[in-house]
Amino acid sequence: MTGAQALLEALKIEGVETIFGYPGGVVLPLYDTLFFDKRIKHVLVRHEQGAAHAADSYARATGKVGVCLATSGPGATNLVTGIANAFMDSIPMVAITGQVATPLLGRDSFQEADITGITLPITKHNYLVKKVEDLPRIIKEAFHIARSGRPGPVLIDIPKDIFTNQLEFKYPDKVDIPSYKPKYDGHPKQIAMAVKAIAAAKKPVIYAGGGVILSGASKELFELAEKCRIPVTTTLMGKGAFPETHELSLGMLGMHGTVYANYAVTECDLLIAIGARFDDRVTGHIARFAPNAKILHLDIDPAEIGKNVRVNIPIVGDVRRILKVLVEKVDKKDQHAQWLDQVAEWKSKYPLAYRAEGGIKPQAVIELINELTRDRETIITTEVGQNQMWAAQFYKATKPRSFITSGGLGTMGFGLPAAIGAQFGRPTALVIDIAGDGSIQMNIQELTTAVNNRLPIKIIVLDNCFLGMVRQWQELIYDKHYSHTQLCNNPDLVKVAEAYGAVGIRVTSPDEVRPALEKALSINDRPVLLDIVVAKEENVFPFVPPGQAINEMIID
Amino acid sequence: MKHTISVIVENRPGVLSRVSGLFSRRGFNIESLAVGVTEDPNFSRMTIVVEGDEQDLEQITKQLYKLIDTLKIFDLPAEKSIASELVLIKVAANDKTRPEITQIVEIFHARIVDVAEGSVTIELTGETAKVEGAIKLLTKFGIKELVRTGKIALLRDSVA
Repeated sequence: MTGAQALLEALKIEGVETIFGYPGGVVLPLYDTLFFDKRIKHVLVRHEQGAAHAADSYARATGKVGVCLATSGPGATNLVTGIANAFMDSIPMVAITGQVATPLLGRDSFQEADITGITLPITKHNYLVKKVEDLPRIIKEAFHIARSGRPGPVLIDIPKDIFTNQLEFKYPDKVDIPSYKPKYDGHPKQIAMAVKAIAAAKKPVIYAGGGVILSGASKELFELAEKCRIPVTTTLMGKGAFPETHELSLGMLGMHGTVYANYAVTECDLLIAIGARFDDRVTGHIARFAPNAKILHLDIDPAEIGKNVRVNIPIVGDVRRILKVLVEKVDKKDQHAQWLDQVAEWKSKYPLAYRAEGGIKPQAVIELINELTRDRETIITTEVGQNQMWAAQFYKATKPRSFITSGGLGTMGFGLPAAIGAQFGRPTALVIDIAGDGSIQMNIQELTTAVNNRLPIKIIVLDNCFLGMVRQWQELIYDKHYSHTQLCNNPDLVKVAEAYGAVGIRVTSPDEVRPALEKALSINDRPVLLDIVVAKEENVFPFVPPGQAINEMIID
Repeated sequence: MKHTISVIVENRPGVLSRVSGLFSRRGFNIESLAVGVTEDPNFSRMTIVVEGDEQDLEQITKQLYKLIDTLKIFDLPAEKSIASELVLIKVAANDKTRPEITQIVEIFHARIVDVAEGSVTIELTGETAKVEGAIKLLTKFGIKELVRTGKIALLRDSVA
């Protein structure tokens, strides 16, 4: 068979059902094969970045490896932001790019770009296929590397002639990479130390990150928290790892975290970090982060241990496996009632709040979305900026893989293609993209993809005529110099939605919000965009100014 | 502080750029780097001299291990390893200075590999301190060109 046929065959064996892609010159032979082979659904996007984000989000929504496909040169470079996005958030993804034919490599040929070189720092690994016989092994390894250990994106660059060359297809059963053997079980000695530390703690806090979701450890996290009565704060990536409606939930911590999460972390005597990486948006001033705490760090990636903070008890391994053992072994007699009272007091004294008056409040919109979707299987995707932070604060995620957002890279334009990817991954879920008027335009072309596939996704644009988060910093830190952040000459987003064949609804007064949302939720055969004109200069609070400790928040 | 590490990697195209790229993007400076195939042709050994404290070394090691192509990393402290480098030094020479240069060459157990009208080229192997000592003494004659392989090192079996 040909290399192209072998590729599709291998994808099938790897369990791939849907790929997101865009054709071009050097991938013509592959698209020709796809024309006849209908076993894999190919979703045609309108920009390769959309394909990468959709594949990334498909992976986040399903736990499977997402796959995207692009041609050489500009097609491949257009994937770059999406690959970097998946890399920063440790998302299993395989990106397949076409490349100029092997005799033309390195000659600055038409649409040639050194994509393996370009993506070196933003992939877990990458491959340039030089012989067609290597293709099956490389695909096998790529999927294995993407989904095992700390997951991440892997890129396979395939020259045009490889697609047409013939090979005898035999897919390897096993992967054998002597230099890649991730460690899954936590060291028993370290676990014993952790058990002791938990038993002795008087003010423990769990700080759970995206690793809990990636390893499917929500149940074990829940058991640990309940058994030992430990309050849980999550990172942005960890949203949904622990039900935010639970009494032990502290919501999100960090720059826009809740007051009570930030106070609890600052005051705690044991910080149990699980699948989290002490990002600067979480820690604030690093030397003053959890200053009184012993730090227990569970992570699959040894390089995360001690990268940003000193760690007292590291446990390297799959957090689900470690937590399983930990839950079994912990025996906590002291249920630290005083600490829980203290946390409860902070919670009631400093709830997440906003002033209700003054036009449509974005926070109120999120609260309403939360109320209207509570009984349905819902996936929230977000763009990046104020919309993302309000969503993170006011949407109460109760299940893993229900809150999909660009955490590490902070990619504006992620939310819409992410909604598309999530909807393909989970067709029965209600998918809502919470967007801003800035970010929605960064991948607005993907409305076509959503319309053509009759995806009933809801796009909620919190339209404040500003690049809101940057404006907020300009207001608070740069003396209100609103340098290039006013977006008042935006196009009419309702008309834009309609032009694409979606439903567009504008909402301008607070009493219209509920009926508009209800209407949007009732439309099932196409995307709906709600352009909600919100209070223009609303800020996201709490806010830890850059360089401050996380208990030094501006609250309003 | 300088550290010498030995990194065993898959002998494949692109591995060198993966390793060197990692150092530059994580902000670690490579003092020297020597690469060559090992006793097993599937693997190469990179001997890297890097500047940093203990914590840097730990982070470098962990990050290097994350590269799929990295098999094994050894830290090679001076007291537990045998290290050497090769240097070729082209020194300006005339009838007057040649005897003195020859004397230095002998003292350092180096050898002269090329003699020309206005220069001699010296080949010298040894530990970094020895190489630098020789270079220092030869500087006054005028070093016209110099090339160093960078340090290579192995753990001593004789030291537990």
